Amino acid sequence: MSREQAACISVRGVTRKFGDKEVLHGITLTVRSGEIFGLLGPSGSGKTTLVKMLAGIDKATGGEIDVLGIRMPKLQMLSRIGYMAQSDALYAELTARENLAFFGSLYGLRGGRLKTRMREAMELVDLTAHLNRPVSAYSGGMKRRLSLAIALLHEPEVLILDEPTVGIDPVLRKSIWDELESLSRRGTTVIVTTHVMDEAGKCHRLGMLRGGRLIAEGTPEELKAASGAASIEEAFLHYGGVRA
Amino acid sequence: MRVRALIVRIIRQFIHDKRTLALLIIVPLVVLSLIYLVFDGDTYQPKIGAVQVPDPITQHLVEHHAEVTVYGSAEDAEQALAGREIDAIVRMDAGAPRVKLEGSDPSKNRAAMAVIQAAMQDLAVLQSRAVAVTLPAFEYLHGGPDMSAFDSLSPVLIGLFAFFFVFLIAGVSFLRERISGTLERLLATPLRRWEIVAGYTAGFGLFTSLQAVLIAGYAVGALGSLMVGSFGYVLLIMLLLSLTALSLGTFLSAFADTEFQMIQFIPLVIVPQVFFSGLFDLENISPWLRWLSHVTPLKYGADALRDVMIRGEGWSAIAREVFILLGLALVFMAANVLALRKHRKI
Repeated sequence: MSREQAACISVRGVTRKFGDKEVLHGITLTVRSGEIFGLLGPSGSGKTTLVKMLAGIDKATGGEIDVLGIRMPKLQMLSRIGYMAQSDALYAELTARENLAFFGSLYGLRGGRLKTRMREAMELVDLTAHLNRPVSAYSGGMKRRLSLAIALLHEPEVLILDEPTVGIDPVLRKSIWDELESLSRRGTTVIVTTHVMDEAGKCHRLGMLRGGRLIAEGTPEELKAASGAASIEEAFLHYGGVRA
Repeated sequence: MRVRALIVRIIRQFIHDKRTLALLIIVPLVVLSLIYLVFDGDTYQPKIGAVQVPDPITQHLVEHHAEVTVYGSAEDAEQALAGREIDAIVRMDAGAPRVKLEGSDPSKNRAAMAVIQAAMQDLAVLQSRAVAVTLPAFEYLHGGPDMSAFDSLSPVLIGLFAFFFVFLIAGVSFLRERISGTLERLLATPLRRWEIVAGYTAGFGLFTSLQAVLIAGYAVGALGSLMVGSFGYVLLIMLLLSLTALSLGTFLSAFADTEFQMIQFIPLVIVPQVFFSGLFDLENISPWLRWLSHVTPLKYGADALRDVMIRGEGWSAIAREVFILLGLALVFMAANVLALRKHRKI
């Protein structure tokens, strides 16, 4: 493979309006196959709006989004994308196993294949012991991990995670990042939104969002070097037009 | 099959949430029993106070099942009337009987008047010594002399309960799906919008069918509600009625942002339907309000249930109502699929 990897996601001049209010102003960026791409920005900067369009739930008002070479939104693409929303979208009265089985079967998993994937996904997020407990008895961090397991269940080619590590302790956060790294090595493209600056350093490449505009794109090192900053945080302030 | 996955999930949710299941199935039976106890009592026996009334009149009043109390003075009787111990006073005024009614309860007024009139009529017949007084013979096209208020109300009530509880539970469940973010999560899967509506309809449909069978079976079997026609038709109408409630509830939940706002639809959507459902006689309603009765699903269901249960009518009498209910359910379901466009365009 060449140094410049193939584009997995291509976003060109995307705008999104809610009524008269434009919240994304002409975003253009490229996510390469198999990389971990971080969308960094404060809350309200448009991260969630952008990833919802990447995940095919929302439609851009203007501009184009291609995922794996196919124009979004497209229903068939949704089975190739894994999505973990910012809020834990789980059925609290059901057990973890029932939640997994439900979402798994929506993606067409069944029988032995579903069982294997459920076990693997739950091992990954370290919840195997709690498989049969109702989700209402889960802590916040456990719900977050179960949401992640559900997003991974059908082995998507593209994994979109909206603030995946909120409410997760540092030990588990590290193990989740290790897993994202290993998924990426196996060829899965991972898009992560975060507002935690030190987490951004673990991404292969970053897009910095502020006020609905992409203010910078590149590897953490490139961004730091180009702005002469010692940390991602300083770099963000630099690109945001604030001098440290 | 993705619709099947939704159905299985809804069944599992009901199994874990037994309280909601109880609301859907046990509560209608309890309320129906209470109404039965209230309405199936014997006809009211009016309490009548007599002041210096000749004995024959008193006897005839008693014969017509009035509770007669004889008062020595008009004042005593007036006091009893004011204290609501009696419903009416009968006294003689210059040879003619005068009646004073307590007056605040129309049904008691009617009962007292009917008894007094019947007693006076008997007396008149005797006094005139007419040789051949032909009393009319009564026949009934439907129902019969023993039909109680409950018999007449129960077709409307079982329809109303099937409608109300399904509307509420389906509406709130679908709303929670939206509030909790699981709807958005569902829309991030390859599930089609119509599959969501179909899955909900089928999953809830299972429980509403169970409810329909239980409510109708209980009203007819246990409470002895009048049932002339075919029980199969009753079930068909009940099912269509709850299907309409299910689709209307889920559709309207798109216009509510909280459970509280969903509850606000009850006075807006359910209560007017109760008025038009046939619980009250609407012969004299203003014409400009009457058109409303044509857009209330509950009225069609209740009319058809009455036709079957009380009048013993068959398919030809209920076909129109059945198709209208089916049509309304389909319209609401289609509206549901469209309303989901708000959340995902494809």
